[in-house]
Amino acid sequence: MDVGILALQGAVEPHARSLTRLGARPVEVRTPADLDGVGALVLPGGESTTISMLLERQGLFDPLVERLEAGMPALGTCAGMILLAAEVLDGRADQRCAGAIDLVVRRNAFGRQVDSFETDLDIGAFTESGLDPTPFHAVFIRAPVVDSTGPAVEVLASVDGAPVLCRQGCVIVSSFHPELGDDLRIHQLLINEVT
Amino acid sequence: MENPQTTAGHQTGTQLVKRGLAEMLKGGVIMDVVDAEQARVAEDAGAVAVMALERVPSDIRRDGGVARMSDPEMIEGIKAAVTIPVMAKARIGHFVEAQILEALGVDYVDESEVLTPADEAHHIDKWAFTVPFVCGATNLGEALRRISEGACMIRSKGEAGTGNIVEAVRHLRQILGDIRKITQADPAEQFEWAKQLQAPLPLVQEIHDTGRLPVPMFCAGGIATPADAALVMQLGAEAVFVGSGIFKSSDPSAMAKAVVEATLNYRDPQILAKVSRGLGSAMAGLEIATLDTTYADRGW
Repeated sequence: MDVGILALQGAVEPHARSLTRLGARPVEVRTPADLDGVGALVLPGGESTTISMLLERQGLFDPLVERLEAGMPALGTCAGMILLAAEVLDGRADQRCAGAIDLVVRRNAFGRQVDSFETDLDIGAFTESGLDPTPFHAVFIRAPVVDSTGPAVEVLASVDGAPVLCRQGCVIVSSFHPELGDDLRIHQLLINEVT
Repeated sequence: MENPQTTAGHQTGTQLVKRGLAEMLKGGVIMDVVDAEQARVAEDAGAVAVMALERVPSDIRRDGGVARMSDPEMIEGIKAAVTIPVMAKARIGHFVEAQILEALGVDYVDESEVLTPADEAHHIDKWAFTVPFVCGATNLGEALRRISEGACMIRSKGEAGTGNIVEAVRHLRQILGDIRKITQADPAEQFEWAKQLQAPLPLVQEIHDTGRLPVPMFCAGGIATPADAALVMQLGAEAVFVGSGIFKSSDPSAMAKAVVEATLNYRDPQILAKVSRGLGSAMAGLEIATLDTTYADRGW
């Protein structure tokens, strides 16, 4: 199965490694033609302001929104979460969001790089999906958090009361970076949406 | 050696967190800026981070004298002006400048040969910090020594402030060429590589197994045009630093945007031709042989 990774900037390669280990074929997406060929999309971490700008310059923003509206499964991590959300706070005025999940997200909510951290998360959804229920070791880097959620959003994990892993239909978003490690369970949740 | 801090189940300052930010900057352009206005131009153009410094390298080269860490007030002004990560430079071995930069909350410290070295034998013990460090290297041995001291990102040194790409190309080829050779080395040859490179054996073995540096490898020093950025990306750099090349060109905003697009579309000559058009003049360049001081020789 071809799973796209938005490859405009950011941590593309670690996602490709995780997807390959799950038996999917990662495809780098830089143009509308690349997007046409994939059945699901990962939006990686990086700088959300830069990626948002490059999506416009590559003529990729509108095709991306169309595919998401048509029900393409997607996983957005960190900057990818911001891009999939409905609205971003503390971003740039011209920063666009795709609105694929009904969330308001706050950028760099935990602080600057010296405040970036690792922690263990309990994720109940793993049990429902038949995955190992033990805590997930999550890496947060200048991470965003969810400020408010719409009624259709499931909150799958929180840190200090703030949602950091959410799902709406076949769109999954995390403030943290499941690709920076060997644990494939978050990527498996995406694959489960495709098969 | 790692020195992580734990508060309420949150671990900060780990290698994963420090190297992770470098992962997030891949495929992007980090631009030198000297004030808030330039920082905004950089962010508007799509820079993934800015390097805050008082003078760009070409001015440091012209002015001579001792180049030091920037004024904290100026760094704070830049931090307030943009939402992207802000980096700043400390002198080689000047761990107190690094402590000050960490206290200011910069996102990455560049222990940089562009500033005048403060120590002729020792680099900063970078494991002792929560803030991550990037260091320059001219060859693989230097890169691995910096990583063993705790650097979480390596950049080629190139020759900063010259607008001449030749040294960055030399350094990238040197580093990546040796990595390719080590992947073919048998165990006995790996011992020999560690001796030759004056680098820790476990890092040499890791390169043999993975075919890559343990941390992201970016390019700096002499990038002056979109084509320069695409050249170093094709050679294997994972992101680019542009120093004097943006704000010493005749149209910084257009040049900044063009370098960002060239870094993204580095394999597509059609797009490179398009973004290279009508940029005005690039910064004036310098022949390496005419230089009084080569910054790349600083560092041990």
